[in-house]
Amino acid sequence: MVELVRTEIDILSAVSKVGDPSAGAIDVFIGTTRNTHKGRGVELLEYESYESMALKVMEKIVDEARRTWNLKGVAVVHRLGKVRVGEASVVIAVSAMHRAEAFEGCRFLIDQLKKEVPIWKKEYFTDGHVEWSGSDVAIG
Amino acid sequence: MKIQVCFFSVVRDIVGTDARQLSLPDGSTAAVVLETLGADHPRLLEWKHSIRFAVNQTYAPAETVLNEGDEVALIPPTSGG
Repeated sequence: MVELVRTEIDILSAVSKVGDPSAGAIDVFIGTTRNTHKGRGVELLEYESYESMALKVMEKIVDEARRTWNLKGVAVVHRLGKVRVGEASVVIAVSAMHRAEAFEGCRFLIDQLKKEVPIWKKEYFTDGHVEWSGSDVAIG
Repeated sequence: MKIQVCFFSVVRDIVGTDARQLSLPDGSTAAVVLETLGADHPRLLEWKHSIRFAVNQTYAPAETVLNEGDEVALIPPTSGG
């Protein structure tokens, strides 16, 4: 299951979706919004996405993870829009027969998501600057 | 041929819109889209080496030949998670 949502991510619901009688482990990664970036204070984050493509890329990396680690259930939920510091911006839950596959599959999914899925984060700094993460271009 | 180009994040800020239709000669590649837009928006070319192309919602190499009606996106470095 892959989803892009504009309201608070329901973490327990994501976890409950991956439960499987053949699984001996569920691993969950929760990415949360941090109040600093390279030493500067951050007040708020805003995520945007090329949604039609993002969902396709998410499905593709989920398929790859399922095949590689024989995952039983996978849920990937990413938040869009404004997210306050401390809230979950992404939740990944996977189930597998054994914990090693669950850990590795989950790690692969978050690493690939960050590299491949067309989602961008705008950082609102406490000093009033607003910047796209990873760019040096100030826009406000 | 006519194609639709979509912009996101820092690229949208440079171009000033989230989508635009372009008319290009038949046989044009994805790279031509960036060159064409770069003529109007020189700051785009600063991103030339970090922008990836997507054609119809799938990553595609710069040398991909486009077809009438394709949706091309210029994808700056992603920062999800």
